[in-house]
Amino acid sequence: MSLDRSQVENVAQLARLQVTEDAMAATVTSLSSILDLADQLQKIDTEGVEPLSNPLDATARLRPDEVTEHNQRDAYQAIAPSAADGLYLVPKVIE
Amino acid sequence: MEWETVIGLEIHVQLSTRSKIFSGSSTQYGAEPNTQASLVDLAMPGALPVFNENALRKAVAFGLAIDAHIGKRSVFDRKNYFYPDLPKGYQITQMDDPIVGLGEVEIVLDDGSTRTIGVTRAHLEEDAGKSLHEDFEGMTGIDLNRAGTPLLEIVSEPDMRSAKEAVAYLKKIHSIVTYIGISDGNMAEGSLRCDANVSVRPKGQTEFGTRTEIKNINSFKFVEKAINVEVQRHIDVIEDGGTVTQETRLYDADKNETRSMRSKEFANDYRYFPEPDLLPVEIDDAYIQDVKDHLPELPDAKIQRFKADYGLSDYDATVLAASRAMADYFEAVVDVTKDAKLAANWCMGELAGQLNRHEQDIADSPVSAADLGLLIQRIQDNTVSNKIAKTVFEAMFRGEGSADEIIEAQGLKQVSDSGAIEAMIDEVIANNPAQVADYRSGKDKLFGFFVGQVMKASKGQANPAQVNDILKSKLQG
Amino acid sequence: MLDKTLTQLAAGLARGDFSSVELTQAYLERIRLHNTDLNAYITVTDDIALAQAATADEHRAAGNAGPLTGLPIAHKDIFCTQGVRTSCGSRMLDNFIAPYESTVTARLAGAGAVMLGKTNLDEFAMGSSTESSYYGPTRNPWNRDTVPGGSSGGSATAVAARLAAAATGTDTGGSIRQPAAFTGITGLKPTYGRVSRWGMVAYGSSLDCGGPMTQTAEDAALMLNAVAGFDPKDSTSMDRQVDDYQARLNEPLAGLRIGLPKEYFGDGLNEGIRSAVMAAVSELEKLGATVKEISLPRTELSIPAYYIIAPAEASTNLSRYDGVRYGYRCKDPVDLEDLYKRSRAEGFGAEVQRRILVGTYALSAGYYDAYYKKAQQLRRLIRDDFQTGFQEVDVILAPTTPSPAWTLGEKSNDPVAMYLEDIYTLSTNLAGLPALALPCGQVGGLPVGLQLIGNYFEESHLLNIGHQYQQVTDWHQQAPAL
Repeated sequence: MSLDRSQVENVAQLARLQVTEDAMAATVTSLSSILDLADQLQKIDTEGVEPLSNPLDATARLRPDEVTEHNQRDAYQAIAPSAADGLYLVPKVIE
Repeated sequence: MEWETVIGLEIHVQLSTRSKIFSGSSTQYGAEPNTQASLVDLAMPGALPVFNENALRKAVAFGLAIDAHIGKRSVFDRKNYFYPDLPKGYQITQMDDPIVGLGEVEIVLDDGSTRTIGVTRAHLEEDAGKSLHEDFEGMTGIDLNRAGTPLLEIVSEPDMRSAKEAVAYLKKIHSIVTYIGISDGNMAEGSLRCDANVSVRPKGQTEFGTRTEIKNINSFKFVEKAINVEVQRHIDVIEDGGTVTQETRLYDADKNETRSMRSKEFANDYRYFPEPDLLPVEIDDAYIQDVKDHLPELPDAKIQRFKADYGLSDYDATVLAASRAMADYFEAVVDVTKDAKLAANWCMGELAGQLNRHEQDIADSPVSAADLGLLIQRIQDNTVSNKIAKTVFEAMFRGEGSADEIIEAQGLKQVSDSGAIEAMIDEVIANNPAQVADYRSGKDKLFGFFVGQVMKASKGQANPAQVNDILKSKLQG
Repeated sequence: MLDKTLTQLAAGLARGDFSSVELTQAYLERIRLHNTDLNAYITVTDDIALAQAATADEHRAAGNAGPLTGLPIAHKDIFCTQGVRTSCGSRMLDNFIAPYESTVTARLAGAGAVMLGKTNLDEFAMGSSTESSYYGPTRNPWNRDTVPGGSSGGSATAVAARLAAAATGTDTGGSIRQPAAFTGITGLKPTYGRVSRWGMVAYGSSLDCGGPMTQTAEDAALMLNAVAGFDPKDSTSMDRQVDDYQARLNEPLAGLRIGLPKEYFGDGLNEGIRSAVMAAVSELEKLGATVKEISLPRTELSIPAYYIIAPAEASTNLSRYDGVRYGYRCKDPVDLEDLYKRSRAEGFGAEVQRRILVGTYALSAGYYDAYYKKAQQLRRLIRDDFQTGFQEVDVILAPTTPSPAWTLGEKSNDPVAMYLEDIYTLSTNLAGLPALALPCGQVGGLPVGLQLIGNYFEESHLLNIGHQYQQVTDWHQQAPAL
């Protein structure tokens, strides 16, 4: 299936990826070709087949409610692009 | 035109687990920023979630408490959106297969009538972090201590027809979750938060009007105010010939108004899909039975028992059972005093009054149930009168000591020595000849005057029953 | 010394023929000589390696040597290694010094292994050629104009060129097996859930699988013994007894039933590879195996199913790279949206962005059922096909790739052409099955390989067959001249 520009813009917005004007045409083309490939799925009848999300069809194992992690803020924030007073900083968020 | 209000609530309840829903970080409130944010909570590359059994247990307990369907197979999904307080760029939640399905709760309105409110579902999810908008010139600070705290989101049917009903429902949910001990219910700390979906329609119309969602209302009082102001806004918009826009709004308590949250209005497409890092949660009947066996007595059952076992009135039983903390306190007082009526009066009277005056929670009461029980015992054994006991209680509340210490220190012990009382009475009679004459000539009402004089003379410490008896015989002359 | 297998080196260390420090120094020297050219390593951790080697020698002297003590290996730069950059071949993580250790690398270190460094890969493991790395392409040591395969191309080249005794890799759609085939080494993709994913940077969570890349099946068994097993930190890790993977290596193959899936031997298969694989089949028959044709009818559909599921999972797995807590952040963002969009557009390369966009689309409202759900349904059918096959045969044998390594740049501008090359490896990931890739010949001077696909948790059996095959052939001993 081929995508149009506005669909690509919408998806790029959802994914928070800036697609430059220069790259837009090529992006539209390559996404369309990938979706053409994916569209082979449409010809298969999967009526009534349960989707398989884990290959072993396994179920959850539960963790006991114990505090096992302790403060490592300094180590973790040493690799932060911007932090102050123990907080991660981002451009002002307007509510 | 007459309008009907339609309200549904989404209540987010923080579950009181020790560790987070998918990591081993502490959930303790009030820690220094980001000191309770682990690799998982920070969404470090390669970090993976593992589900906390206690969060499951608490969610199942809630389902059982509202007689709901329990999902024997529940599935976690990713809800995708970008926000700085959401480190993974998705929230782990439950979409199609929640842990708790359809249930219901009964609410009691002010006029004593009851209504049943449907609970559509309750699902487990993780809380987000906090954005702090102050202090950093042009920047927002992110604290991820709260990220990953387990939440149970309880979604109601649009069954409420007034703000008061919504508040009654919210209080009921609050009471249930605190009763069964799955949350501390502390609204000021955000342990229980509420979104309200509000719409209006002409009375008699069956279709719903366009709804708006008021986000994050954090007190019972604001729930009522926010809904009322939003309902009026809807009516005003429609009566002015406009239409209500479906949107998310924020309640501003200072201005008592709601305003649109434009930042949330991006065409959101959450792209839910099953969380591949977690497997479906399967529970069996034995697990459910085990949770049921450990479920404490619920409010409605407790009210019935208080009436039957303690002979309390419907009103008293309802007030005392309203919170588990109060009910437990009351029963502890009864345990000491063996007098339910007296215990009830003290809990609902002096105790509740003092707590109210000092805006304190019963959990933080400076007077323990055992201490109050001892004070009541001093009434029962005639050490102090009921009236003096109130003075003693105030002193206890101020932290001046135990009942006995205060009675001793302030010399408040009741005078039950009949010789001493007689002496005081003789003196009162001698000092008030005119009143004595009037009384003896038939002015019975003056009896109270003499009691008052005697009590005054004894600084309130004379045993009132003895005063009555002796006074009566002496006045008869 | 460096031509020896992991097992032989272990024996040499045990005998005292050389020390771990000597061995490590020899590898570091060879890396210095050839890495500039081959670009197998992104980061060489000389100091750590020598310190670990010295410790290993001490442990051995004190009589505390474990099975891997002192053996120098390399890690794909997708495993978090504490205090060492873990880049995933991406600008996004170029400055990411991992604050913790992955379970796989921790277990190998715990067994005594020495870390030589972190190897190159397609960015976030998305690719089949190791050309999409921010650090430039890795070269195939057999012919530097060709790709080593991917995404674990750095590990494959390191092992093939003897720049490491063995290496770790990850396989989401063939990323261990295909580069193993292209470089003439042995690679094992274990059963999904057999090896912990904790600390392994996620690409497609329900497909990702760490495993060994070695010269021989025997070496793979040695390494798998150290890394396999339950990990409470990974919910998808299986709490199930772990085999001793070396125990069955020497069992005879008499009575072994091998299935050849006809869909893997169709028109798209290079004739040279076909003959190499069939020659290997003859060897196995000589060892007592019987062979029959089977059918895995939905093999071709594994391509569209995989190229929906993996990008869909990746699109959300990679949302955490937002420039807030670690990793790349764009310069002077004007607002939050700008921070997100530019950090991600500048931090991710073209193929990663392409897969994020495809995955986002496949999960978006109105398309979920047609793409993601449909692909997951197909996934069950593909798994069922394998289970039908395993009712008739013990293992399935097939070529690993349809063609030998291609020329650098040949397919890098045509994503779909590249995707089609994965046809023989994707189904096993979708089904979660174990598969062992073995070298079995050469075509035009380039190695080619076969893979043995087993039923769940049958790694021991696959390694047994691989080892027996390698006892009677010498393809695994061929090394490129540098």
